[in-house]
Amino acid sequence: MLGALASQILQVAVALALAPLLVGWVDQCRAWLSNRRAPSILLPYRTIHKLFVKDAVVADNASPLFRLAPYVVFGAMACAAAIVPSLGTALPFGTAADTIALVGLFALARVFIALAAMDIGTAFGTLGARREMFIGFLAEPALLMVLFTASLISGSTSLPTIVDTLAHGPLGIYPSLAFAGVAFTMVSLAENARVPIDNPATHLELTMIHEAMLLEYSARHLALLEWASALKLFNYSCIGLALFVPFGVASGANALAILGAAPVLIAKLAVGGALLALIETLSAKLRIFRAPEFLATAFLLAVLAMLVKLLLGA
Amino acid sequence: MTGALPGVVAAIVGWLAIGVLCILKPHDLRVVRVLFPAGAVIAVALAGIGLAALAAAPQSMVLPLGLPDLPFHLRLDPLAAFFLLLLGSASTCISLFSSGYFRNEEGAAPGLLGLQYHVFLAAMALVLVADDAYVFMIAWETMALASYFLVTTDHRKPAIRSAGYLYLLIAHVGAIAILLCFGVLQGGRGDYTFDAMRGVTLGGIAPSLAFFLALAGFGAKAGLLPLHMWLPEAHPAAPSPVSALMSGVMLKTAIYGMLRVTFDLMHVQLWWWGVAALALGLLTALFGVIFAAVQTDMKRLLAYSSIENIGIIVAAFGLAIVFQANDKPLLAGIALTAALYHSLNHAFFKSLLFLATGSVLHATNERSLGRLGGLIHRMPWVAWLALVGTLAIAGLPPLNGFVSEWLLLQAFLFTPSLPQSFVNMLVPLAAAALVLAVALAAYVMVKFYGVVFLGRPREPALVHAHDAGGLERAALLLLALGCVLLGLIPTNVIGAIDHVNAQLLGTSVRAAGESTWWLLAPVALERSSYSPPIVLVVIVGVVLATMIVVHRVWHGRVRRAPAWDCGFPLQTPRMQDTAEGFGQPIRQVFEPFFHIERHLPSPSDTTPVYFMRASDRLWTWLYVPIARTVEVLARVVGLLQQGRIGVYLGYSFVTLIALLLFVG
Amino acid sequence: MSIGTQLINLFAAVLLLLAFAMLAQRRVVSLIDLFAGQGLVLALSTAVVAYTTSQPHLYQSVALTVILKVFLLPWILHRLARKLDVRWEFEGLVNTPTTMLIGIVLVVFAFNLALPISEIASTINRSTLGIAIASVMLSFLMMIVRRKAIPQVIGFLSMENGLFFAATSATYGMPMVVELGIALDVLVGMLILGVFFFQIREQFDSLDLKHLEQLRDEQLARRAPPGLEDLAKPDRELPPETTR
Repeated sequence: MLGALASQILQVAVALALAPLLVGWVDQCRAWLSNRRAPSILLPYRTIHKLFVKDAVVADNASPLFRLAPYVVFGAMACAAAIVPSLGTALPFGTAADTIALVGLFALARVFIALAAMDIGTAFGTLGARREMFIGFLAEPALLMVLFTASLISGSTSLPTIVDTLAHGPLGIYPSLAFAGVAFTMVSLAENARVPIDNPATHLELTMIHEAMLLEYSARHLALLEWASALKLFNYSCIGLALFVPFGVASGANALAILGAAPVLIAKLAVGGALLALIETLSAKLRIFRAPEFLATAFLLAVLAMLVKLLLGA
Repeated sequence: MTGALPGVVAAIVGWLAIGVLCILKPHDLRVVRVLFPAGAVIAVALAGIGLAALAAAPQSMVLPLGLPDLPFHLRLDPLAAFFLLLLGSASTCISLFSSGYFRNEEGAAPGLLGLQYHVFLAAMALVLVADDAYVFMIAWETMALASYFLVTTDHRKPAIRSAGYLYLLIAHVGAIAILLCFGVLQGGRGDYTFDAMRGVTLGGIAPSLAFFLALAGFGAKAGLLPLHMWLPEAHPAAPSPVSALMSGVMLKTAIYGMLRVTFDLMHVQLWWWGVAALALGLLTALFGVIFAAVQTDMKRLLAYSSIENIGIIVAAFGLAIVFQANDKPLLAGIALTAALYHSLNHAFFKSLLFLATGSVLHATNERSLGRLGGLIHRMPWVAWLALVGTLAIAGLPPLNGFVSEWLLLQAFLFTPSLPQSFVNMLVPLAAAALVLAVALAAYVMVKFYGVVFLGRPREPALVHAHDAGGLERAALLLLALGCVLLGLIPTNVIGAIDHVNAQLLGTSVRAAGESTWWLLAPVALERSSYSPPIVLVVIVGVVLATMIVVHRVWHGRVRRAPAWDCGFPLQTPRMQDTAEGFGQPIRQVFEPFFHIERHLPSPSDTTPVYFMRASDRLWTWLYVPIARTVEVLARVVGLLQQGRIGVYLGYSFVTLIALLLFVG
Repeated sequence: MSIGTQLINLFAAVLLLLAFAMLAQRRVVSLIDLFAGQGLVLALSTAVVAYTTSQPHLYQSVALTVILKVFLLPWILHRLARKLDVRWEFEGLVNTPTTMLIGIVLVVFAFNLALPISEIASTINRSTLGIAIASVMLSFLMMIVRRKAIPQVIGFLSMENGLFFAATSATYGMPMVVELGIALDVLVGMLILGVFFFQIREQFDSLDLKHLEQLRDEQLARRAPPGLEDLAKPDRELPPETTR
């Protein structure tokens, strides 16, 4: 029990520490791929630190909800990191909150950030909130269906148990996971404000989704939100890695196994981040009204994954 | 607990007495202020009786009322007790709120409202304990009439009168279907007590006929597609506490009726009934939530959201039938638990939100979302308590809406073992539709809350808005606490619901799983588990820890400045998203669902006007043709009407002759 | 399940995935690549069947599939697309999500259809029959919802792929003669259709099959001049959504 708790705390700490690094790595790859000089991989850390040091400027008519939201969003993402197995599957919190609760936590963060964006009452803020909820109403079910497919395979909705089954169970080929994988890739692009749907590096307000909601935030609030979105990317990457390339994830609270899992995780994240940058470089941003088509495709693919699981039995 | 059923009767009588007392001095507000809390006390007692009677054995009694040879049969069993608990707990808060809410300007005298309100409550309680078709129909009709008068409180407005008419019409279509259903259920014996119906074994198509009559009849009251049309008209028309009561409690009596007929009065359940109910429920849920997304009136929005929630409950009910018919009692138990749990949850959060709109309405005299905004600064109590309801109805952990949806999804996930391969394949599609509806509900609720309470006031008059009074705050606070509590102790709630499972399905969900008071694990620990207290503690803990660390390590300095908005200087509150604007993406994606009338200004207009209305296609596709047919038929029948006395006497004479011929 | 069955299941699923990808894909060039991918998966699955059931004659059909469907036909199609200068198809008759929803319903239907057949079949992989039928139906659906001629032809060709997959999975492949005959048929059909493309384009200056409606009835065609309703349709994103 004590070992499990230690593994739990270690994994959350790893997530908190590595998340900005992953963002830095993806940005670096993106820069290389588009023939630019890359910024330092440590840039996100410096940005977050700089923001924490600054004085917070809050709009005159902001309600307490506006100031509370960054903490709730960050807290939800940190809790989500406590469910997603990155190094090992010894996660006691995974018993308290299963995959459905995981999606619920993501939804909680989304609702709070959207409400906060509406709080100031600016045109861009409400526009961002509306678009975020719009993306969410299709992305969230799609994510849930992907996770359900994995649940059906392993007969459990607890994410650590699912990953245990996939990583350490008898080796099997699950065709349904092929569908789920495609759907999951599409969803994570949309959920993490990545290129076909949103552009994290944009400065054009009219095309923003995620950034438009953060326009009124500054200093420590902004730092928390940036950190939270880095955590979200990290969580999604770990979910994807755990479901579709589950090899190398430690089982149980074995200190050696967890230590051994660390280099594997970093290698997988590096490859995953590079692939993400590649996808982003190769695709063009969709018009906002193409987004539902993209996400509906992801959603229906995820539904198909469940169907294929039921039909083929694998 | 031998006194439970007499206690319920006493409560019903008490409510009626309060109603009568109210009408004695109809215009005296003090009477209302005192008598409504008295009604709330009775409601508390009723909730207590319901809770106690859940675990007790069923008890019945016969009251020598009504027609000779047709006494009132009453019965209190776990199913009735559960819904009494729902009625009592929700109406406690609503009555408390009403005592501070009703004024002289509602359109009808407060005392009259008090009479109608308490008769409405008493009728609902009587519906739940009725044990023969006769009492049931009397109570059902009293309930419909009392609520009709409450809906048409502001009867000077033609729109409200026509809303009331539509409600009464559909309520009666439903009542006829229910009556016919009881007619089928008594199986030709002529004994209309429920006990007799339980003893009848129906054969042939009779059970299916009874089930679908019940689904149609109770569905009309619940707002199932396509008989939902009255709901978005009647709920906004009524005063807010009445909307809360109708949406939170009255719709659930329809769910009660469905459960009573399907699982208690009938012995067999066929799997395809369940598929039909499941499909209808999901269709209703999606339909309701899509329409809620484009509403611009806050109470209409909530009314459509009620349609959505009823859809979810009926879908769970359908799933329970599918499992029960396939002899999987545990899964049926989980689905039924989800249905009952969601009913209870909906009673709490929907009442909370409807009451909050009542406070907003009183403070601003405004129902249109396009003229509200920024009320969190003016009405902090209402706003923060409504936030709890908003998060709960959006199905977010660790509040109550999440638990029932979690249970229902679990029931879906464990399906793939049914003999009908067709149903097996339908399940992922159904789960997808459910999840989509739930995710859309979050969209709708962000729109509702963000437009009403956040942002800047869209009208200058909103600066004078004031917070709700003490009684109203207390009522809202109780409901919000209920939402939190129902979310935090799911195992205890399921333990209570389990008595209903035991009665209707002969199974126990609580015993089968590995749940403890803090951990919900309906089947087995390694299959699925959820622990709301831990989730709450961890989230709150992480949030607080983050706050402390950020403030300690760095600092907590804050400066206030005008909103930045990318340096755009000339912004006005009108530049915020309106309710229409917020719903626009959904309208665009689901355009085929709506009948859209739109007027776009041309560049040369001197007084440009934008006008958009999205209405229901079913109205023109279904209701108008039926109305036309009825009119044509009426005209045919009208040929009999000659207007001369002699002709009418002739009809009577011919009838007499015919009767004498055939009977003699 | 043996590893062979698992692999065939995987290929079946990928085939279905590709069929859906083809439904959703708008670019003609990518569509041709997807078609080539489908051919490759088909060849691989046939090879697995050949190996697990040790039927060497199936290897010949693997070779045939690879040559014909992975190289020759895609090459011809690419050339056609380049020559005819069709790279994009803008809007199908039905939007993508609706098409996919219909596709899912078809999958459910196909599996229910295949259930009684696969129960009597005794081959190693019964459940793949449903997928085979489903991909035939999906290709058919693609032919229905597409406007341009080339995607329709690709739909036709991938329908043949589905049939071929059904044959290998349900009966371990057809006799060589039949297979050769079908392959030749497809090739000849392809060539004839290619000639048709040029004819259609010469006649109408476009490969949009909408124009073929003109051939139906002179009067009707005059009443609804092609293309005009597209002009009248307002851009979906433009209307300003402001009140007053």
